[in-house]
Amino acid sequence: MEGDVVQMGAYIGAGLACTGMGGAAVGVGHVVGNFLSGALRNPSAAGGQTATMFIGIAFAEALGIFSFLVALLLMFAV
Amino acid sequence: MASEAHGAEEGGLVFHPMDQFIVKPLFGDGPIAWYTPTNVTLWMGLAVLAIIALLVLSTSKRAIVPSRGQSIAELAYGFVYKMVEDVAGKDGVKYFPYIMTLFMFIVCANFLGLIPMSFTTTSHIAVTVVMAMAVFLTVTILGFYLHGASFLKLFWISSAPLALRPILALIEVISYFVRPVSHSIRLAGNMMAGHAVIKVFAAFAAITAIAPLSVLAITAIYALEVLVSFIQAYVFAILTCVYLKDALHPHH
Amino acid sequence: MATETHSATGDGLADAVGVDTHAAADAAPGMPQLDFSSFPNQMFWLVVTLVVIYLVLTRVALPRIAAILAERQGTITNDLAAAEDLKAKAVEAEAAYNQALADARTEAQAIVAKAKAEIQADLDVAIQKADAEIAAKSAESEKAIAEIRAGAMDSIKVVATDTAAELVAVLGGKADDKAIGSAISDRLKG
Repeated sequence: MEGDVVQMGAYIGAGLACTGMGGAAVGVGHVVGNFLSGALRNPSAAGGQTATMFIGIAFAEALGIFSFLVALLLMFAV
Repeated sequence: MASEAHGAEEGGLVFHPMDQFIVKPLFGDGPIAWYTPTNVTLWMGLAVLAIIALLVLSTSKRAIVPSRGQSIAELAYGFVYKMVEDVAGKDGVKYFPYIMTLFMFIVCANFLGLIPMSFTTTSHIAVTVVMAMAVFLTVTILGFYLHGASFLKLFWISSAPLALRPILALIEVISYFVRPVSHSIRLAGNMMAGHAVIKVFAAFAAITAIAPLSVLAITAIYALEVLVSFIQAYVFAILTCVYLKDALHPHH
Repeated sequence: MATETHSATGDGLADAVGVDTHAAADAAPGMPQLDFSSFPNQMFWLVVTLVVIYLVLTRVALPRIAAILAERQGTITNDLAAAEDLKAKAVEAEAAYNQALADARTEAQAIVAKAKAEIQADLDVAIQKADAEIAAKSAESEKAIAEIRAGAMDSIKVVATDTAAELVAVLGGKADDKAIGSAISDRLKG
């Protein structure tokens, strides 16, 4: 019974950790959206900045991956 | 408790979504020693063969007008070369073979991992941590070797107000040491997440009522995963270039 | 663990699909990624793989692709140079053609001018000749006319003298030749 409570907590924690992915989604969307609006204003400069955009996406997404990892750890490894 | 959670009574799933990542010996059931040929060995070997087929066999004709395979090889070469040149600068070009090695391995391993029933070597933290730590140590040692103690100026942002600099330096140091962590977990996490989600939907396909939906979802996620496979390899390589640039030119 | 209903579903599904669930998963901890016993194995094979890829790339693949790209660049440069040469030649040929055309045109113009001059000269000579002839003829004619006129005058004088003498004689007068002659001369002048 006691183990069940711990597991319940772990699962609830895993679910809560998944909200972090929403933040990552917002971040990635923000990066790409701003890139796109800038690129449409100045299309000639857009090509050179694609790499920068991907770096930005990678940084924003890493944090979402961290929350996903926390969720997985809570699910399977705690 | 962990092993308990994976009995046959696992909630709703026919097979466990993480089963695909289990490292198994290729022959027999014995314990896994460091030299045992496992499915890791098999799929890494296949990645090597894929790279040889792509970059060596397809270019064996050395045609002026390239065949399909040769133009893929040339595209890959030009893509990575330009990335290194653009991000790390002209003097980063001599590290191009290392970055090309990492990029080709990750791309091939990711794509091979998308074959059904295959094993994704890059979804393992052990694998990505080795690569990320190799990059981190190389870059750090290279920075100190090239610039000596002045490499530490990377953390001391001289364009910021003096009062802020210690705080910024602290943040920079922390973010510097988080680099290998995020670098490795990003790749492993992306691959793991995608494959696990596909497996979860595959388990739902056993329920007749939602099977068509689940097959559609698998198709959609598979397409996304193809994209992610390439983008993650690209991101890994480009971050390596960024770190390399910091080592070559630590002064902002 | 999960709820009873879920586990029941799970069992049912497992039976339905006939999957032998988790023979391996029971042995491994929850996440295979955190199964530290397999780490040395993975790391070892990863290092082997990376070294092999590195050797293949640096010994064979990259130099070869670089050579192919350089060769293609060279070919393209050569072809461009050849094209540039041909273009220069074409321009040259066009200039030569234009030159020939201009030469031919000036020559033609010269010939035309010459022909025109010759014709003009011939024409002038002919006109001159014709003019001279005409002048000679008209002088001759004038002379003839003058002779005729002089002849006619004399005839008229003779006829008039004779007629006047006759008339005077008929009228019964005595013809004075001298008086008649002067009268006729007066009349003819008047």
